[in-house]
Amino acid sequence: MVKIKVGTATCGNAAGAQKTLEKLETLIQGQSDISLSQTGCIGLCYREPIIELEINGTKFLYGDVDETNAEKIYKTHIKDNKPITELLINQSNQHYSFEKQNRIVLKNAGVINPEIIEEYIAVGGYEGLKKALQITKEEVIATVKDSGLRGRGGAGFSTGMKWEFAKNSVNDKKYVICNADEGDPGAFMDRSVLEGDPHSVIEGMMICGYAIGANEGYIYCRAEYPLAIARLKNAIAQAEKKGIVGKNIFGSTFCFDIHIKEGAGAFVCGEETALMGSIEGKRGMPRLRPPFPAVSGLWAKPTNINNVETLASVGWILSNGACAYNKIGTEKSKGTKVFALAGKIKNGGLVEVEMGIPLKEVIFGIGGGIKNDKKFKAVQMGGPSGGCIPASLIDTPVDYESITATGAIVGSGGMVVLDEDSCMVDVARYFVNFTQTESCGKCTFCRIGTKRMLEILTRITEGKGVEEDIDSLIDLANKVKDSSLCGLGQTAPNPILTTIKYFKDEYIAHIRDKKCPAGVCKELITFNITDACIGCTACKKACPTKAISGEVKKLHVIDQSLCVKCGACYNTCKFKAITK
Amino acid sequence: MHYINPITIAKQCTCQNQTDIEKFEKLGEILSMYKDEPGSLINSLYVAQTIFGYLPDKVIKFVASRLNEPVIKVFGVATFYSYFSRFPRGKYTIKVCLGTACYVRGGKTLLEKVKKELGISIGETTPDGLYTLEIVRCVGACALAPVVVVNNDTHRRVKSNQIPEILQSYISEVSNEN
Ligand SMILES: Cc1cc2nc3c(=O)[nH]c(=O)nc-3n(C[C@H](O)[C@H](O)[C@H](O)COP(=O)(O)O)c2cc1C
Ligand code: SF4
Ligand code: FES
Repeated sequence: MVKIKVGTATCGNAAGAQKTLEKLETLIQGQSDISLSQTGCIGLCYREPIIELEINGTKFLYGDVDETNAEKIYKTHIKDNKPITELLINQSNQHYSFEKQNRIVLKNAGVINPEIIEEYIAVGGYEGLKKALQITKEEVIATVKDSGLRGRGGAGFSTGMKWEFAKNSVNDKKYVICNADEGDPGAFMDRSVLEGDPHSVIEGMMICGYAIGANEGYIYCRAEYPLAIARLKNAIAQAEKKGIVGKNIFGSTFCFDIHIKEGAGAFVCGEETALMGSIEGKRGMPRLRPPFPAVSGLWAKPTNINNVETLASVGWILSNGACAYNKIGTEKSKGTKVFALAGKIKNGGLVEVEMGIPLKEVIFGIGGGIKNDKKFKAVQMGGPSGGCIPASLIDTPVDYESITATGAIVGSGGMVVLDEDSCMVDVARYFVNFTQTESCGKCTFCRIGTKRMLEILTRITEGKGVEEDIDSLIDLANKVKDSSLCGLGQTAPNPILTTIKYFKDEYIAHIRDKKCPAGVCKELITFNITDACIGCTACKKACPTKAISGEVKKLHVIDQSLCVKCGACYNTCKFKAITK
Repeated sequence: MHYINPITIAKQCTCQNQTDIEKFEKLGEILSMYKDEPGSLINSLYVAQTIFGYLPDKVIKFVASRLNEPVIKVFGVATFYSYFSRFPRGKYTIKVCLGTACYVRGGKTLLEKVKKELGISIGETTPDGLYTLEIVRCVGACALAPVVVVNNDTHRRVKSNQIPEILQSYISEVSNEN
């Protein structure tokens, strides 16, 4: 018996998994001893498209399976029984250390077919809900509290306590909301869970609904994730058909319905009060808290809102007990956390690790280190609300307290790795540009303060910075922090403050020496050809403005007045003869 | 609750070839289902944009009157969310990802290249109505950065010299249809 699974999550599809699937379909047509199915993202996104082959119980994980390789695997491995070592992931030298991971939230992603509810049930799905319905609401909340689970949406607030507040609010109508807005640009943990294991999120919402006394739930998912939305809709429909979502669930008196709301492209709608405004069909603008959602949330009813990953952990906790969860992690940060590794990293993808693991282990152990063996400079954690942790702090344990102490935040779990070619001033400018564009405009300091900070940073990257700029930035940053209503404004200065804290010399190089040490800021770099030039003419051909002249086998030169600093020559030269 | 999926409507609807009167009729029909449902304004605008391609003043006013909402509120929502467009869009929407992962892996260079190739800036449409250029802040394929999305196709690990080829492949698609 041969089983083939193709990973068809967004990452797989972007890499061409649909074509691989079609190819395999035609190849195995009419052969009843070979089955083909789809699965979610297993987390090794850098090797997509990925397929898992199971032959008589032995599993082989193949990477880079385009149509050609699919045919090769079919002929050589399936038919002739000879594994193709160079494409194998679990045997090749690019071995990805799954052992260092502990998969609770991602346990089913890349394992089951997310479009078939029976597969979720077969691996123990909805057992947590069943268990919850057999105990009292108070016991469910006590279990979640004892597990030590903290919200994975960014702030890290105790989930059990939040549920308790919502439960204690007396009202005939309450809501559960799943925050699937995943706004951090450069993070994709929630996407992967929604696409690869949608039922785990539904199960978590229902357990929450039972515990707080709600019978209706909303999933607010960003419109940029069409596949996640489709998988969720399918999952809800299947669960309704099976009687798991709807009335009198598992023979109890508990009823629960779930709706999906699509976002419409506004980062601030990830903030809980803005999100509820958006569900109500309004502009998504945050409002003052209190009243907290637990007292007055969606349509002014008590509401509990949790992140996708938080909810996806709940089913496991109920099934396995609070102790199984709280013995993982550190004293204050329990359990596991999913991180999205991206940027200048070798093995980009998703990893789920125990809280407290050293950062180094994640980036160099599991992530395989820096792409092209460049020098590691920093890791950006927490997106626009977070900060940059420099190479010198690589031994920091990954837990809420330790990461916050560096000035960054664990946030939702995005880790964008930066190398020696990344300019820290440019990175700070990038994030402020982001928050400035996404500010809802309600608070003066968030609306205008971010704009002024952006102007200063832009000026610095253009070589027009002045000495006082760093102090003005710090001053403004603190004012924006103090005078903003919601987390967007309160945390917008973090990328600036952490880069100034750890990379002040780069700011000074831009301002005083008018140099960008990383060679990123266009206005501050000049391209030059050194003696290493052998006159291959490649750069001359690559230059779009014909700024390079020179004859074959002779030293070439760049006419600086024509150079637009696009870097085409720099990227083309094979002899490292061009400097910047 | 009737959840009407705009994508399903788009598939069933031959909207592009319909007259304005037919489009308004269709929109009116769907809005009548949404009328008494709280919080349906954003969904209504989704539908309107699917039918008309964008949200001109007359459509905004129509939605407002059918839902019994002030025009200012509908206008406020339509301009708040980046998904809604106040101008006609091209047949193909090119979205260059400028999420953090794509940005640090060269997304900005790709954007410059697309701008140059098409001769338009962000938010604009080519005069032939073929391409609209937009930026997107992460589509969740960060490990394959930098990413460019054209309608529903995601192109991964794009290099700037591949841009002309990618754009060209859609032009060929158009000429094949004709
Ligand atoms: C500007 C802003 C954006 C946010 N974006 C998200 C998001 O995309 N996803 C998320 O789960 N939480 C986001 N949050 C946090 C939510 O407001 C809220 O704290 C969270 O959904 C609570 O869930 P948790 O307790 O499970 O973490 C954001 C907060 C702010 C201030
Ligand atoms: S801090 Fe910024 S985003 Fe938040 S409410 Fe104020 S203006 Fe809006
Ligand atoms: S940053 Fe471009 S896909 Fe995530």
